Amino acid sequence: MTPAEIDGLIQALTVFTLAILVGIAVISKVPATLHTPLMSGANSIHGIVLVGAMLIALEATSPVSQLLSLVAVAFATMNVVGGYVVTDRMLQMFRKKPVAPAPVVEPEA
Amino acid sequence: MTTLEIVEILVRIAWLAGAVAFVIGLARMNSPATARNGNLVSAGGMTVAIVATAILILTRQLSGEGINAIVWVIIILGVVLGGGLGLYTARTVKMTAMPQLVSLFNAVGGGAAALIAIDDYLRLVGGGPVRIDTHIFIVLDIIIGSITFTGSIVASGKLQGLIPGKPIIVPGGQLVTLALAGITVIAALFLFITGTPNLALMLVILAAALIFGVTMTLPIGGADMPVVISLLNSFTGTAVAMAGFVINNPVLIIAGALVGASGAILTKLMADAMNRSVLNIMIGGFGGGDDAAGAAAGPGGSVRSIGADDVAIQLAYAQHVIIVPGYGLAVAQAQHAVRELAELLEERGVDVKYAIHPVAGRMPGHMNVLLAEANVPYPQLKEMDDINPEFARADVALVIGANDVTNPAARRPGSPVSGMPILDVDQAKSIVVIKRSMGKGYAGIDNELYTNEKTGMLFADAKDGLASLTAAVKAL
Repeated sequence: MTPAEIDGLIQALTVFTLAILVGIAVISKVPATLHTPLMSGANSIHGIVLVGAMLIALEATSPVSQLLSLVAVAFATMNVVGGYVVTDRMLQMFRKKPVAPAPVVEPEA
Repeated sequence: MTTLEIVEILVRIAWLAGAVAFVIGLARMNSPATARNGNLVSAGGMTVAIVATAILILTRQLSGEGINAIVWVIIILGVVLGGGLGLYTARTVKMTAMPQLVSLFNAVGGGAAALIAIDDYLRLVGGGPVRIDTHIFIVLDIIIGSITFTGSIVASGKLQGLIPGKPIIVPGGQLVTLALAGITVIAALFLFITGTPNLALMLVILAAALIFGVTMTLPIGGADMPVVISLLNSFTGTAVAMAGFVINNPVLIIAGALVGASGAILTKLMADAMNRSVLNIMIGGFGGGDDAAGAAAGPGGSVRSIGADDVAIQLAYAQHVIIVPGYGLAVAQAQHAVRELAELLEERGVDVKYAIHPVAGRMPGHMNVLLAEANVPYPQLKEMDDINPEFARADVALVIGANDVTNPAARRPGSPVSGMPILDVDQAKSIVVIKRSMGKGYAGIDNELYTNEKTGMLFADAKDGLASLTAAVKAL
């Protein structure tokens, strides 16, 4: 490996590691109510693989490569579009703002 | 600088903006008030990143790089097919069937990541040794992406009922899973050591990983599927990050690592809510059947059966009623029926609340979604810790299709549900359970709540039972 290649690898690993730390930090105390929408939202984000699928389509010259990139683009778009729409449908239902925590048990007479 | 160079810089900045939007979007999804906005921010970032990529491809083509126009056929056809299918299914899916759809979207995401690596590998085959780091990222991408692809499809099939939800345990099945893992690891190590891409070995790894995804998911019970889907979601994130290393794209690395890490934390939170460990789930313990109720109906033991008219009188003349909805309500699609009954009772001046156990429904948080869909006012939905002290004041606790989460046996050691947080339904002055039969819950044990002397059992399908209760209350 040339020094430039090593630099590139280290940079990529740095980004990767920091992004992992951000991922851990960003999920704090999530109420159980939001577990499912949050999972679905994270699910849509990895649809970013569509960018990768488009870029391999750009390089595809053989029919096999073209077929693989077509399937990859279709899969990834399904992930993106379906993921965001279904998450939005779930979250639409939380429109009404939750009220302040209900008064605790009133003192018994 | 040439136009192409300027565009390349702008595209990279757009990708960075996309990554920032993902982080902000995910952070905003931590609280109900900002969650929807967070999802929109994330979708906006996604749009920016994708449009920027399209502009990059177009600019390269226009700057005379000799790019075949077929790339646009591939992209447009793929986007139309995948986008159309995704949009249609996401719009039309019933809210009860939504978890399996999320799992399916996860499967195709993992599949796309694996395909990118496979495509890259095919180009390297026959071209002499490759750098070890490239080799490792490609092989890891293929392995993780393939496991997620088949694993998520099996998980989806289990939730949909296409594959039995009961743990499918084949004698020696765990040995097969272990053998597949062994084959994958050995083949991968061999590739890394020799350094020369080998198509046959790559296909062996691909096949082993695809089958591993199936054998890993099959033995896990339907009740544990949410945790498994969340775990596979985290896997897909990791696979996408690997794909980012393979094609040297920072936005894939950032977004993939973000989802990989946050997905892992979320998986742990979900498992904690069910008082299970992730390891325990993956090995497959209790956590069985798909449908709580078997065909064998009829009360057994010292259970008191009660009629709809009697329940209606109790409810109509109560002051405080707590409704405990569970999995059975979701299956019977009875969320609208329960809202009707609750509204009727409120008109009569009864105070109605819903007690939502963290894992009620098919996934954590699923019950809130179902009830909200039926227009149940959000403030009436109470989380477990808020509602538990109120059971003692409740005149009637109406349990609809919930089982293990109400079992007082969880408070004692020595039961399969021991230690699981439960709703204190047994504290209510009177308890009514709507249930199709005396079938057991996921844990496969008897529910002591049913034999409580305060409990009356109304044997009915959740929807029919609620309809007859509503009719009976109206007739009063």
